[in-house]
Amino acid sequence: MTKTNSALPSIAELHAALAARKAAATAATQVCYERIDAGNPTINAYLALDREGALKKASEIDASAAKGEPLPALAGVPIGIKDVLTQRGLPATAGSKILEGYRPPYTATAVQRLADAGAVLLGKLNCDEFAMGSSNENSAYGPVRNPRATDRVPGGSSGGSAAAVAARMAVATLGTDTGGSIRQPASFCGVVGVLPTYGRVSRYGLIAFASSLDRIGPFAANVRDAATVLGVIAGQDTMDATSSAEPVPDYTADLEAGVRGLRLGVPAEYFAEGLDPEVRQAVEAAIEQLRAAGAEIKPISLSHTRYAVPTYYVIATAEASANLARFDGVRYGYRAPDSNTLSAMYRRSREGGFGPEVKRRILLGTYVLSAGYYDAYYKKAQQVRRLLTNDFLSAFQQVDAILTPTAPTPAFKLGEKADDPMAMYLADIYTVTASLAGICGLSVPCGDSREGLPIGLQILGKHFDESTVFRVGQAVEELQS
Amino acid sequence: MSDLKQSQPAAAEDVRRVAELAHLELTPEEEVRMGRDLNAVLGYIAQLNELDTSSVEPMAQVAEVLGNVSSSLRADVPRPSLPREAVMNSAPETDGTFFKVPKVIER
Repeated sequence: MTKTNSALPSIAELHAALAARKAAATAATQVCYERIDAGNPTINAYLALDREGALKKASEIDASAAKGEPLPALAGVPIGIKDVLTQRGLPATAGSKILEGYRPPYTATAVQRLADAGAVLLGKLNCDEFAMGSSNENSAYGPVRNPRATDRVPGGSSGGSAAAVAARMAVATLGTDTGGSIRQPASFCGVVGVLPTYGRVSRYGLIAFASSLDRIGPFAANVRDAATVLGVIAGQDTMDATSSAEPVPDYTADLEAGVRGLRLGVPAEYFAEGLDPEVRQAVEAAIEQLRAAGAEIKPISLSHTRYAVPTYYVIATAEASANLARFDGVRYGYRAPDSNTLSAMYRRSREGGFGPEVKRRILLGTYVLSAGYYDAYYKKAQQVRRLLTNDFLSAFQQVDAILTPTAPTPAFKLGEKADDPMAMYLADIYTVTASLAGICGLSVPCGDSREGLPIGLQILGKHFDESTVFRVGQAVEELQS
Repeated sequence: MSDLKQSQPAAAEDVRRVAELAHLELTPEEEVRMGRDLNAVLGYIAQLNELDTSSVEPMAQVAEVLGNVSSSLRADVPRPSLPREAVMNSAPETDGTFFKVPKVIER
């Protein structure tokens, strides 16, 4: 039986209900808005809603189903969109004041593909400002709270996307992952979050943070739904020259194949100091279950792991400093009033519009790229990036997938790390490696802490081998239930 | 090729210079705080120096590993872009054709 949102169907269940002509799209959409109305004042997952557009789409889908017309893959599925993705007609803030009131004139490819597949787009989801953060406390529109424990963070930067699924305010959502921003909130909120291979999903319409690292990916309540959504948004796009021509398989085809005969690597470097004992226990128990189910568990070493966080924070901030140069008050967004000169307008608009974490990263990125420091920091980091990637390429000659904890701890409390940027950065320790190497992965729930906080297992796969990652994730999910 | 300046902290002038390059106007308090944060992160980043990367090619794009170096550039044929009106709707100040900004040259 599929693990689903209670009171919200899974995608397959919704499809069946539509085929049985039960006005299921409108029903599911209304359930989501009811839950949003009840819970969003606390959780703060949504920044903008499109009730009218969503209900109109839902009723169109129901009418089509009533006539017995063939239904597209995501017909009637209520989906929320992270606010770094554009959807024409709705605001896009990227969680920042600098884009307050901005309405993009175009729709992101990934979002358009959802709409074309019949999805009902509910609204825009809160996130850390410009996707920079690991707790969703950096949003200019207030933090998101973890639905499993509202004094705790949902993780970030896609905190709203993870929370919305966990709180049954959507059947699936889109988030983005640059250094862990899908996987870590999925782990903290107890849902499934997918990191597609770099280039798997078009970035057209994604407000860019770090162009060599950014990925768009789905959140869902179960692995099958996540795989279904990925299948819809994946694939080459002429509007994104970094999108891959690699064919998109049916990610649900081998889902139930089980893990017998698969070689799964467990890297020692991810089970060292800093790992919370309850997380270790839950992850090791899940690995044991996979062994009992017929997988071959192999110890491996990814020897450059401890250099991943510094490498990431050089590369990501350098790229961010370039990508965020466009926010200058000229063409869109916040413009500081009463500036006498152009350069004063730039400085005052950016100073007034950006939050502290964004400024911190722009400064760091500008520093590491500046004359005299470029070779020492940026070039060095690119070299280490190759070493980290080679670690994975070697490992994948021995194993089919790699198993690690997603995060070193369960969700921490709001405010706990907010004053210590370095402590916050270290929360990304298990996720940034895959980000730098471009490989795919997902986080799947594998148990709760004694306090009832979700714990996630991270499954990493070879470039474009999402099918294996989903297959292992499905096995974990079934073994948990 | 300069090596990572190991324990040379970023001085206040460095923070100001970088802020200028980044077109950010920091308050004095922000300058102090950012200086402190920047130094904490730079100190942490210095550990990259432990690795000998003298024979390692820098990797800027994952694409080369994916074998996706763009042979798929589109033909150089002009296509319609965004309608001007839609773009100008978002402009803080416009005459309908141009984005209006304060004077560029300071006198």
